[in-house]
Amino acid sequence: MIYGIAAIGAGLAAIGAGVGIGQIGGKAMEAIARQPEASGEIRTSMLIVAALVEGAALFAIVVAFLAAAPAA
Amino acid sequence: MISTTMICAQDHSGHKHSGQGHSGHDHSGHSHGTKAPGKHVTPKKVGSHAGHNHGADGHDHGSHSKDAHAHGDHDPNKNFNVNEMIMHHIMDSHEFHIAGDMAIPLPVILYVPGEGLKTFLSSKFEHGHKEVDGFAMHHGKVVSTKGYESADLFNLIGGSDNKLYYDFSITKNVFTMMLGALIMFLLFMMVARGYKNRAGKSPKGLQAVMEPLFVFIQDEVAKPNIPHKWQKYLPFLMTLFFFILICNLLGLIPFFPGSGNVSGNIAFTFVLAFIASMVVNFSANKHFWAHTLWMPGVPVAIKPILGVIEFIGVIIIKPASLMIRLFANISGGHIIILSLISLIFIFGQMGESIPGVAVGSIVSTVFVLFMNCIELFVAFLQAFIFTILTALYIGQAVEEPEHH
Repeated sequence: MIYGIAAIGAGLAAIGAGVGIGQIGGKAMEAIARQPEASGEIRTSMLIVAALVEGAALFAIVVAFLAAAPAA
Repeated sequence: MISTTMICAQDHSGHKHSGQGHSGHDHSGHSHGTKAPGKHVTPKKVGSHAGHNHGADGHDHGSHSKDAHAHGDHDPNKNFNVNEMIMHHIMDSHEFHIAGDMAIPLPVILYVPGEGLKTFLSSKFEHGHKEVDGFAMHHGKVVSTKGYESADLFNLIGGSDNKLYYDFSITKNVFTMMLGALIMFLLFMMVARGYKNRAGKSPKGLQAVMEPLFVFIQDEVAKPNIPHKWQKYLPFLMTLFFFILICNLLGLIPFFPGSGNVSGNIAFTFVLAFIASMVVNFSANKHFWAHTLWMPGVPVAIKPILGVIEFIGVIIIKPASLMIRLFANISGGHIIILSLISLIFIFGQMGESIPGVAVGSIVSTVFVLFMNCIELFVAFLQAFIFTILTALYIGQAVEEPEHH
């Protein structure tokens, strides 16, 4: 039972990551469309922010791991 | 029959026996309960310390495929336990597993004060069947039959009731890290010699590969984030980037010199994040600490609360996020690739169904190819992100106050 709930938790974390990174990507596309010369800087910033958002989602994944296999 | 691939990473970071004294070296000083064959255990409790069946599968046969696997017993009725296979390949081990029973053994180096230094190949343990010199192998980990405890940071500082022995074995992760360091050394020596011999001429060969990477890290990561003092921190940032990159790439290679899951080991990433946070904290100037603990521009009532939050952020949360980001990305990628490869075995039901193997191979190959491309990208990206975040934190710490 616990494994099912942990799996649901991990899935929710993936939804969070997907929504967050999707938003970042969308805004980055708009910004590049508005000003193509800045595309290099925009791309770098997009990757950094995506990594930060994904870090938060990965915290949740690690908690799901720990919940599924309690390593006291 | 398709075992639900319950992904349970054995995260030893919270466990008091985590091997932080030896970076990248997995220690598990706890003893696992002995398996009782034919016992129904559902659900799986991988890593549970309750003394239950360790890694027991939830199948009806109750056969323990890892044991049977290790014994060389090709029982056609044994089930393929995906979870155990994946965990075995993600975690550190004393041998490079090739296929079935074939494995490349690695040296086990133990120092027991009073009994001297013991060195032997891990093949002498014969997968846990034999005792060697007071030590046995239990689930791939060396344990002492005389009740000694393996020395790690917690034992050495806190003291222990049992006698401590020191484990200096060359395990898979240690070997991969040494190989990574050697590769880095050779690469950069060759590039440096190339620049010396061809001074003034355009770069050729290996230089042409390394120069864009090096200049990218210097111009896009170090200089913008650490405006004036970037030269002081450049060697550290370069080492960080290239070492993480090479360890990531070595983990992606599926056969012998590669295949070690170094950056997916939380002890390794913990040490890297710890070193990065030490560099940031010790190079921070008074201006940074003043701003952090007593932030200007907010109401006085909030300053202490914000100070505590910021302090915890700088000391604990930021390095922890560096650690977990790299660990989860890399080990998650490895788990996915291993799961997709196990599809072949699941479809073919361990060779019982040839059409199953054929279909499984085709499906699995396409997915694994796709996932490996993503993992290659992730290897570069995660090394870059670790480096740029460290550069960002260093830049914030050494920032001089603006003079209005």
